[in-house]
Amino acid sequence: MRRRPTFLITMLCFGFAFFYIPILSMIVFSFNNSRLATVWGGFSTKWYGSLFSNAQVGRALVLSLEIALLSATIATILGTMAGIALARFGRFRGRTAFSGLVTAPLIMPEVITGISSLIFFILLANYVGWPASRGFTTITLAHITFSMVFVTTVVQSRMLSADRAIEEAAMDLGSRPWQVMVDVTLPVISPAILSGWLLAFTISMDDVVISNFTTGPGATTLPILIWSKVKLGVTPDINALATLTVVTVGICVFTAGWLLNRAEKRRELERRLAYQINE
Amino acid sequence: MPKDAAPPPLIRVENVSKSFGTFQAVKNVSLTIDKGEIFALLGGSGCGKTTLLRMLAGFEETTGGKIFIDGQDMTGVPPWERPVHMMFQSYALFPHMTVEKNVGYGLKHEPMTAAQRQDRVREMLDLVQLTPFATRKPHQISGGQRQRVALARALARQPKLLLLDEPLAALDKKLREHTQFELMSIQERTGVTFIVVTHDQEEAMTLADRIAVMDRGEVKQIGPPGDVYEFPNSRFVAGFIGSITALEAVVEAIDGVRTRLAVPALGGPVQARSVAGLSVGQTVTVAIRPEKLAISRAPQTGDNVFEGEVKDLAYFGKDSLYRITMPSGALISVHAVNARRSAEGERVVDWYDKVWLSFDPTSAIILTA
Amino acid sequence: MASESRLYRWFNRRGWSDIVLAAPYVWLLVFFLIPFLIVVGMSVATRTPTAPPFGYGGENPLLNFEGYHRLFTDDLYIRAFVTSLVNAAVAMVLCLAIGYPMALGLTKVDTGWRNILLMLVILPFWTSFLLRVYAWMGLMGKNSWFNNLLTGGWNWLVPQDWAVTSIPMMYSNFAVVLVMVYTYLPFMILPLYANLERLDPTLDEAAMDLGTKPFGVFWDVTLPQSIPGIIAGGMLVFIPAAGELVIPTLVGDASSPMIGRVISDEFSQARDWPMASAVAVVLLVLMVGPTMLYSHYQARAVGADDPK
Repeated sequence: MRRRPTFLITMLCFGFAFFYIPILSMIVFSFNNSRLATVWGGFSTKWYGSLFSNAQVGRALVLSLEIALLSATIATILGTMAGIALARFGRFRGRTAFSGLVTAPLIMPEVITGISSLIFFILLANYVGWPASRGFTTITLAHITFSMVFVTTVVQSRMLSADRAIEEAAMDLGSRPWQVMVDVTLPVISPAILSGWLLAFTISMDDVVISNFTTGPGATTLPILIWSKVKLGVTPDINALATLTVVTVGICVFTAGWLLNRAEKRRELERRLAYQINE
Repeated sequence: MPKDAAPPPLIRVENVSKSFGTFQAVKNVSLTIDKGEIFALLGGSGCGKTTLLRMLAGFEETTGGKIFIDGQDMTGVPPWERPVHMMFQSYALFPHMTVEKNVGYGLKHEPMTAAQRQDRVREMLDLVQLTPFATRKPHQISGGQRQRVALARALARQPKLLLLDEPLAALDKKLREHTQFELMSIQERTGVTFIVVTHDQEEAMTLADRIAVMDRGEVKQIGPPGDVYEFPNSRFVAGFIGSITALEAVVEAIDGVRTRLAVPALGGPVQARSVAGLSVGQTVTVAIRPEKLAISRAPQTGDNVFEGEVKDLAYFGKDSLYRITMPSGALISVHAVNARRSAEGERVVDWYDKVWLSFDPTSAIILTA
Repeated sequence: MASESRLYRWFNRRGWSDIVLAAPYVWLLVFFLIPFLIVVGMSVATRTPTAPPFGYGGENPLLNFEGYHRLFTDDLYIRAFVTSLVNAAVAMVLCLAIGYPMALGLTKVDTGWRNILLMLVILPFWTSFLLRVYAWMGLMGKNSWFNNLLTGGWNWLVPQDWAVTSIPMMYSNFAVVLVMVYTYLPFMILPLYANLERLDPTLDEAAMDLGTKPFGVFWDVTLPQSIPGIIAGGMLVFIPAAGELVIPTLVGDASSPMIGRVISDEFSQARDWPMASAVAVVLLVLMVGPTMLYSHYQARAVGADDPK
């Protein structure tokens, strides 16, 4: 008889309470009537009203989404290329330098990435004249740079765990390497590419430090807006914004998880049926 | 090239070597394979058989020697330009394509119309009896069916040579036997030359017309299954294929087809079939397969008769395995068919019985290597 | 036609792989390596009142190591480095203390529940980092229900003389560590879970079968096998925590700043680019060790280098 791991279950409960009490508190206080963000003063949805009527928030959200969509897409293309190169090109010249270059942004403190990007863009504007002003372009460029390496990590590890014989089989059946890539490799790693894109998108949506350094006048992303508000202290409309974020992300994550789980279960069922009926 | 009456071999492997860094995976291997043959590369893991197969397919470059397929030098020819297809050990089916797409994949490189292509796919699915599963994905069919999809896919482009990497290893025992015969019948119908890599000697013996036994990158012996079994050329081959008792011996006298050997382990002289190149006084190995020995509780006389005691016996039903201790202390294995049902009360050979072993002089194999 | 087929052949033979490699390579060289080398160069420049505010040569020394000199003499910087490393180390240890039992617990619950719980671990990671920091600002502030709860508990436990009106949590290293633990805990749990989940449960059973009690099984069997996961998770917390900027800026003590904030302030407030760069270079040098430790162990934690 297995003993129930009481201690571990207690720690799990404690851990999840630790994870979610602050978030729940934020959600509850988003319906607070009081101006004070953490003292209960009756139920109200006025902060949602003020949030929706705030054009600045809407503009910041749109800008963030634009940057995230563009940077995640380009980062996915570049990151996938790098992942393929690292996983499949063997020992090409400059491989060590390249893999170092792909790892470094992962561990570079954001503040240093931010400052170095800013100095780079300032000097570039001074001596080359492009980009003339900082904003959408510079934030996007910086986001591509530090999110592509996350895509690379995801794609590379998926490719290393994939059965290479599948690609060899395609080659053996007459396909040249490029065609093997299109016919077999990319379809097989497409889930990793998709999750890489999602990761890059989230990183971009969430980034405040690098955006804050590389932005210019007029280009305020949502995290920059929140940052500037929060620095001044706790404000209730941020609670409302946080609630909306948590609810949106929660719905997305759980729907995705549910769909994946269902697909996995169906595959498992099909696999079992295949063995029972066909043998 | 020698011009004989026989057609030139389909495959010529000439002094092929392959090293990975300082490790020599394949050492100076030469062999020829005729059109329509089933040829087996047999050996333990790490013996270089898979590396040789991958060099034939073009996935590995040779580091020495040349491979000719149908007279054409394959050096520098990439896998996609070789008239060779492979059935992978993992089957390597494309997980995102249906069975028919898998089978038809190679055909897109053939100058065919869509209808011709479809016909060919249908024909192949028929050949491996998978027509009802054409629209399924690989994960929706069983292991045995996947194996057949892999076979159909590799055969669809009518290769000159089909390479099979451990084709039966992933199947369970019952299915394996059935599939062995299916593979042979498909080979017969298509006439494609097969090279099978396997570590399973029984599989190699059943499937192959000829076997190459490999060890540590070298080919030890090539021949039909019967030759390799009955006339092994080295202790390694003798021991790798089937079981054998090998004993140290010294040549005492050579008399035409018979050679007399002193075998201290048996405590007496052994008469054996002569082999070329022996000289009196030479130390050799004499090897005897367990099933070639007769065991009897009744005293025997004559050549090649030795007395011992049963140390161990294993009863398998249709046959039994005995281990006999000789007076010298040596252990001899004997494999005997239980051809007769023993009558009630009659004693069969039992533990600690005194027994007489005998064998025909032709059964004793003299090994110098 | 001929040129087209030649182009096609070239593309098929080498061209595509060159592009696949060159595009990300060049991108990272231009937008990551060059900016970083500029920072390294900047760290030996001289601060000037011009725009951009740095220069080499002229009346200034060509290579000016003043920044590095100040770094090792002015105790503001030394204190900042020590504060950062200590805060990051404490956060790492606390994450391990909370995260290890959670990761181990996750491996013990049923698969159905496990997937949901795993998703709950990842969920905060997908929500805004800034908002998670903000959540604690609300909780730790004076008069918040959480602070009131703790204050009440404290006053009930201690003699009357020690009673307080509220617990001063905000703007302290305590707050920084607490929020770091909160935001980085998933980074500890996930690699640990990946590591622990791969362990063979029959090893536990074998140890129990040989007479070891459950805690002994943990100590003799589970813990030694999870060291790669512990180190990978630990470094995944330590490395970003040591360079953290947002958390110390929002909830930290301005009088003993962490290094990330020092870099940012030197750069933006003092407009001393060379000094900010020198601090950044030293921080990176300090991170080399932990990073190598991480990359050495992270592959092992998920079993990527299992011999096949």
